[in-house]
Amino acid sequence: MIKNTKPVDTLFIYLLRLADSNLILSQRLCELCGDAPSLEEELAISNVALDLIGQAKNWYEYASELDPLKRTADHLAFRRDAHEFYNVLLVEQKNGNFAETITRQFFFDAWHLSILESLQDSKDERIKSIASKAVKEVSYHLRRSSQWMIRLGDGTELSHEKMQSAINQLWRFTGELITSDHLEDALERDGLIPDPRKIFGLWKHSIETVLSQAKLVNPDYDAWMYKGGKQGEHTELLGFILAEMQYLQRAYPDAKVW
Amino acid sequence: MYAQLVETGVKKVKSQDEMSQDESDFQAKIDAEIKIEAKNWMPEAYRKTLIRQISQHAHSEIVGMLPEGNWLTRAPTLKRKLQLLAKIQDEAGHGLYLYSAMETLGADRDVEVEKLHTGKAKYSSIFNYPTLNWTDMGAIGWLVDGAAIVNQVVLQRTSYGPYSRAMVRICKEESFHQRQGYEILLTIMQHGTDAQKAMVQDSINRLWWPSLMMFGPTDDDSPNSKQSLAWKIKRKSNDELRQMFIDQTIPQLEFLGCTAPDPDLKWNEETGHYDFGEIDWSEFYAVLKGNGPCNQERLAKRKSAIDKGAWVREAAVAYAKKQESMKGA
Repeated sequence: MIKNTKPVDTLFIYLLRLADSNLILSQRLCELCGDAPSLEEELAISNVALDLIGQAKNWYEYASELDPLKRTADHLAFRRDAHEFYNVLLVEQKNGNFAETITRQFFFDAWHLSILESLQDSKDERIKSIASKAVKEVSYHLRRSSQWMIRLGDGTELSHEKMQSAINQLWRFTGELITSDHLEDALERDGLIPDPRKIFGLWKHSIETVLSQAKLVNPDYDAWMYKGGKQGEHTELLGFILAEMQYLQRAYPDAKVW
Repeated sequence: MYAQLVETGVKKVKSQDEMSQDESDFQAKIDAEIKIEAKNWMPEAYRKTLIRQISQHAHSEIVGMLPEGNWLTRAPTLKRKLQLLAKIQDEAGHGLYLYSAMETLGADRDVEVEKLHTGKAKYSSIFNYPTLNWTDMGAIGWLVDGAAIVNQVVLQRTSYGPYSRAMVRICKEESFHQRQGYEILLTIMQHGTDAQKAMVQDSINRLWWPSLMMFGPTDDDSPNSKQSLAWKIKRKSNDELRQMFIDQTIPQLEFLGCTAPDPDLKWNEETGHYDFGEIDWSEFYAVLKGNGPCNQERLAKRKSAIDKGAWVREAAVAYAKKQESMKGA
């Protein structure tokens, strides 16, 4: 848990939340290399993953400048352990079948675009500029995942069934996207990040518009939600993701270059 | 080279007297370096040879994503992860582009992919070797893309227009990949630890001979080359290309401070080329027959992706049909 964080530390942790969520989702997408349902999708998945790693790199570089321990972007990505990662739980969930991959992506994209659009109004110039660049990329991500939600939701009986089941499975991880904690509340008061209620409104609108077009049932917002990722408490899955992702940096700790 | 031992279906190259008027006109165009386009008349064997060669080339791009994909989740820095993913994405793009060039000849992508999955169509032997350490990503870029470029630069002048134009675009990206691969190795050889440097030499030791095999059998054992050369689908023989590759690669190898696993490799003052040792052709043919270290895994992975995705593609078609009928109503 994060307690008594100073203002700079607070922003540092928030930047890590953004960076880590991007990185872990892109890591999951990297696992899909050669596994897409079509060649065109192979290209689309790698596009999204590339954008997410690029954005993660930008957030890490900013975080690195604020880091009390002066770690580099690569150090932050490849040398922290699971309890020091602040990504949302949703992104560490397994790829599963394509319905699960796309639903995870859609829930994330809808949040991601809302937050980035709002971060363009941040009082922090650096946040503004990173967010503005990312907005263009993430609008495409959301357009793509929305189209798949609709196509598969309203495709065949089988695809509809798989989509509804994926939604029901992953819904419990969405609460964390749209509720704030004391750290985010503090940043909001300083005008650095948007009001979480505004994000919830935007997110809800995207979800409802797309799910209704896809003829899929929108689960209950009051359902029990799993939380903790943003505070460094994860599902069992993150440890394995990091074991793989950080393998070289851990196995060759003396290496200065790669 | 991403296409090896491409069948022409022709036993002997026809002489001028044996050709029909169409065949003779066609050969005259080829000899005058006029590109053949999709709508032009062409001998059936030329068309079939090209479909085999271009599809083999496309399959190689797609299967070639897998050995690199093997290290994507373990790339050691953000920059290397971005580079590797972008490279693999380029390969998927090349595959798509080549399948389109192939479709201009009346072939169907799904049918040709099915031939790959049932083992009827080939892909480059090199991708049946495993990637066992990180610097294999550098060595593949440098040696494998390097060998592919030697071949593809020449193929930019191939007689079939759409294939030739695809090569122009692909070559640009491949050259970039090759430089990037070499840079991975050079960075480590100049600034890495001993353990990292040992990794580089290990990659070269394993990938050296398979890279030389990419050019296909020696000219004496390449029965289809003659016809492909006459049609200018191929522009240089396997042995010529292999020698070009070796001659340009050895100075780069020396600059790295690494060695090739070939005791017979030496500069020949008289010929102005490097002499090199005998390639183990039994290994090459074994890999081609499906007995390489990763043949089964590579095909199984491709097949499983397509099989698992069947419901997704069916749903996309069903949705498109619904939309279409709503428009019509």
